[in-house]
Amino acid sequence: MLNSSLAQLGAALRAGKISSVELSQIYLDRIAALNPTLNAYVTTNSETSLAQARQADLLLANGKAQPLTGIPIAQKDIFCAKGWRTTCGSKMLENFIAPYDAHVIERFNNAGAVNLGKTNMDEFAMGSSNETSYFGTVKNPWDKHAVPGGSSGGSACAVAARMCAAATGTDTGGSIRQPAALCGISGIKPTYGTVSRYGMIAFASSLDQAGAMARSAEDLALLLNVMTGFDARDSTSLQRDKENYSRDLSKPLAGLRIGLPKEFFAAGLAQDVAGCVNAAIAEYKKLGSTIVDISLPNSRLAVPVYYVLAPAEASSNLSRYDGVRYGYRAPEYSDLTEMYEKSRAQGFGEEVKRRIMIGTYVLSHGYYDAYYLQAQKIRRLIAQDFDYAFKQCDVIMGPTSPSTAFNLGEKGDDPVQMYLSDIYTIAVNLAGLPGMSIPAGFGSNGRPVGLQIIGNYFAEALMLNVAHQYQLATDHHDRSPQNIGL
Amino acid sequence: MPWEIVIGLEVHTQLSTNSKIFSGASTTYGAEPNTQADAVSIALPGVLPVLNKGAVERAIKFGLAVGAHIAPRSVFARKNYFYPDLPKGYQISQFDLPVVGQGALKIQVEPLSGNAEPYEKVVRITRAHLEEDAGKSLHEDFHGMTGIDLNRAGTPLLEIVSEPDMSSAAEAVAYAKTLHSLVRWIGICDGNMQEGSFRCDVNVSVRRHGAPLGTRREIKNLNSFKFMQQAIDYEVQWQIDTIENGGKIHQATVLFNPDTGETRAMRSKEEAHDYRYFPDPDLLPLDITSELLEKVRATLPESQQVKQARYVKLGISAEDTNILTASREMAEFFDATLVSLLKKGVGTLITPETPSSEIYAARLSNWLIGEVSAQLNREGLDLTQCPITPQQLGGMLKLVVDGTISNSAAKEVFRTMWSKGGDADVIIEAKGLKQDSDMGAIEKLVDEIIAANPAQVAEYRRGKDKVFGFFVGLAMKASKGKANPAQLNEVLKRKLDGAK
Amino acid sequence: MSLTNADVQKIARLARLAMSESEIAAARTQLSGIFDLIAEMQAVDTKGVTPMSHAQDVSQRLREDKVTEINQRELFQSLAPQYKGSPQVEAGLYLVPQVIE
Repeated sequence: MLNSSLAQLGAALRAGKISSVELSQIYLDRIAALNPTLNAYVTTNSETSLAQARQADLLLANGKAQPLTGIPIAQKDIFCAKGWRTTCGSKMLENFIAPYDAHVIERFNNAGAVNLGKTNMDEFAMGSSNETSYFGTVKNPWDKHAVPGGSSGGSACAVAARMCAAATGTDTGGSIRQPAALCGISGIKPTYGTVSRYGMIAFASSLDQAGAMARSAEDLALLLNVMTGFDARDSTSLQRDKENYSRDLSKPLAGLRIGLPKEFFAAGLAQDVAGCVNAAIAEYKKLGSTIVDISLPNSRLAVPVYYVLAPAEASSNLSRYDGVRYGYRAPEYSDLTEMYEKSRAQGFGEEVKRRIMIGTYVLSHGYYDAYYLQAQKIRRLIAQDFDYAFKQCDVIMGPTSPSTAFNLGEKGDDPVQMYLSDIYTIAVNLAGLPGMSIPAGFGSNGRPVGLQIIGNYFAEALMLNVAHQYQLATDHHDRSPQNIGL
Repeated sequence: MPWEIVIGLEVHTQLSTNSKIFSGASTTYGAEPNTQADAVSIALPGVLPVLNKGAVERAIKFGLAVGAHIAPRSVFARKNYFYPDLPKGYQISQFDLPVVGQGALKIQVEPLSGNAEPYEKVVRITRAHLEEDAGKSLHEDFHGMTGIDLNRAGTPLLEIVSEPDMSSAAEAVAYAKTLHSLVRWIGICDGNMQEGSFRCDVNVSVRRHGAPLGTRREIKNLNSFKFMQQAIDYEVQWQIDTIENGGKIHQATVLFNPDTGETRAMRSKEEAHDYRYFPDPDLLPLDITSELLEKVRATLPESQQVKQARYVKLGISAEDTNILTASREMAEFFDATLVSLLKKGVGTLITPETPSSEIYAARLSNWLIGEVSAQLNREGLDLTQCPITPQQLGGMLKLVVDGTISNSAAKEVFRTMWSKGGDADVIIEAKGLKQDSDMGAIEKLVDEIIAANPAQVAEYRRGKDKVFGFFVGLAMKASKGKANPAQLNEVLKRKLDGAK
Repeated sequence: MSLTNADVQKIARLARLAMSESEIAAARTQLSGIFDLIAEMQAVDTKGVTPMSHAQDVSQRLREDKVTEINQRELFQSLAPQYKGSPQVEAGLYLVPQVIE
């Protein structure tokens, strides 16, 4: 059961071979057993989950099931779910019970899926290792000394450790793809605007995008079918015809042109990662693809540009956390200013405060042109690089992360080192393009390696096809961690 | 006077939409605290803004009414600062690219002192932009705390910025009054200053002739024209006194105290706010198509000034013209009634017997300003709730002007129409109110009265003019009120004066 | 780039973050490192390039002017923070330390 695909689970549920209550209980038991070690979940509520499962079982019995009806999904704790504690990994929202459902949550509810619980994450989605969470670090299920990646570390861990059938994540600079790579699972961040951000706690509004994390491209397609679609409450939500993301999975890859940016294979890339990625490319050649050498000349600036724009937007988005209407308020203060300053200083962790400061600075009087405006201009150049590249190839590939999972605490002192682990993923968010990571083998220390696939705008169906064909020919994605937590 | 005064106004008008600018919460005034504060209004985690079409249309309408450039593309920006009535910690406003560009407003200035004549002036409008209102802070009654009500947070505002073209309190007040009248006229704002729908910030500086511009201070949140004038007068004098005593004017935000008549700098920190404006990433650029522009232009009513000119040409006095054009509803009721009056003669030629539009206009003006308004006031209604339509009123007035009924009969018809409805001609038939214009009958009647009252006739002929009223009374009684008064008067006078 | 402690203090105040002396000093070092990273992009010639705020060149959608939200005061105010053991709402208003103008 735990290694079944979503399609197989769906079939079993509809055939009555297992009930949603039984399936959900299996996962809840597994969470009870493993979460104390792995810390993938911040909140579970078995009563609520099982009540939802019972509803799903009714739908299944009445023949009213949809593909995900009855299937237990883990939700990144960044999505407001009505009646559920929603913390965003922060002390600031430690006791915040969301009074409404995010659009993504509504879609899963309407599809009959079961909310299995809220997964751990870097605080306010700021981080690449899930070490900034107020609720403790998440362990990589392949090696408990390693980080799972971030910010969707809890979701990645939960999928890899079979603590859920699938999970949602969000990706602002790589926060789905990088943890997917480090945890040996598949993850996709679709084109900006295809999934509504209403109810998804904001970090950097023009970069944030919700996406799916699961064990195969096939599964990701089913999840995207539920998650995507127009929402009138999000002004950046795009109005497009409904797509079936599974439609092209079986297409043969003959003639596919794969672009390899030379900048993604330069200094800084670990040898063992390069080895796995090159092997994956060789496999793609066997499947009929041709390789095209391309260049993304401005991608070297993606990290500095990101660390101007994302903190700038975040510094403003996080101003609402002031202890007035909800969230953490300091226990002692003498006046309003002190109330603000202490509530925020005590409620936010170090990384969040750092980014708020950076953002405040780059927007401040006299610096806007040199930093913010300049960054938006280079962003345009980066997007143009991709535009040009996609005239020469159909998809772009490379390593998702420059190394396999690093150890917990290894990058603690120097934030810049941490920032550089997003070097291959960030440019994709700046351009608003879709990006994926799929398992491509294991590094020298047995830790997973991810292959990144980048598509042109709205090319998710092609990307899933490209991933799926590889997953038919290989078995990296079928592997699961043994002796979890030991 | 060696001193020049330089004044510019920033006016915040609350737009009369049903819902807020970025969410579907209600904007109705006076609700219980925080009952109209939805998730977006209280800035819960994860909520997002969506722009209200009604707010955009009203902004465009204003721009067209002042002849301004409407930006084909404008951008919303975040103005970042911390205050408890600003739940997001930023206000969504417009910075670099506002929706309305440069326009102008012609004003009539009534000098406040001396015997100077009123004069006209054009005040340039720099820009007008859309933004959201903040909530309200209540400082009393909470044992040392401040209470925050977010009902108002998110109400759409159009901030209208003028060039510093005004050089006296009189000009500033004239501008504010004209702007106030305009926004109500075109229907974008209810102009209720007590409720905070129309709030003025006045920037004041002084300089000696030929000197560069002085440092300005901003008088905030003036919500009455009287206070505006007092505040400006005080502030100007204060600035002049300060400079003449060797002091310097520092940029400051000041509040006017109506009890003391003084302006005082606010106690906030001296640091100028760094608002860190940047384009709001949750909103896309606002593109105003020519379709939308034309759709709004078609809803723009005939301007107040054009209507006023027309009424004056019809012979209505300036005072009555002002009353008739005080509200668009009144003026439009007047126009509709006049049209229906003139239309009743469709197909007929204008003959010497047909009253010209001036006569109709005069009657109508009297009735609207008089009986109709009085009755509305008595019943606490406004003109939009008037039970009589322009067509009904026109129908009645036609019968008055052509002499079919007397003025007093008309009042009875009016009362019946008001309470029971119906058309004038049907009512006068039913009540037999047609007045007697039969000259023969009147002559006979007068002869009878004169014959029956020789003593009073003699008194009148001896010079006691007052006795005339006695005869009028008798005649009206004898004719059961139906005699045409004009004709009766003429016959009485003629016969009493000794003619036959 | 060289930030001074005073610079950091000013930013912290703008962002309403309380910071002790030692926290300011620590922040200064870390922020300086991050600004060195950011500095790389300043040398790039971007003359004539249009800034990119959004991924797609789409216009803002307009919403019909209708009231769609109901009164949820009780639910929302159940989220109000506590101070000295009591929720900071009274008579439907949110309570904060008094602001003096």
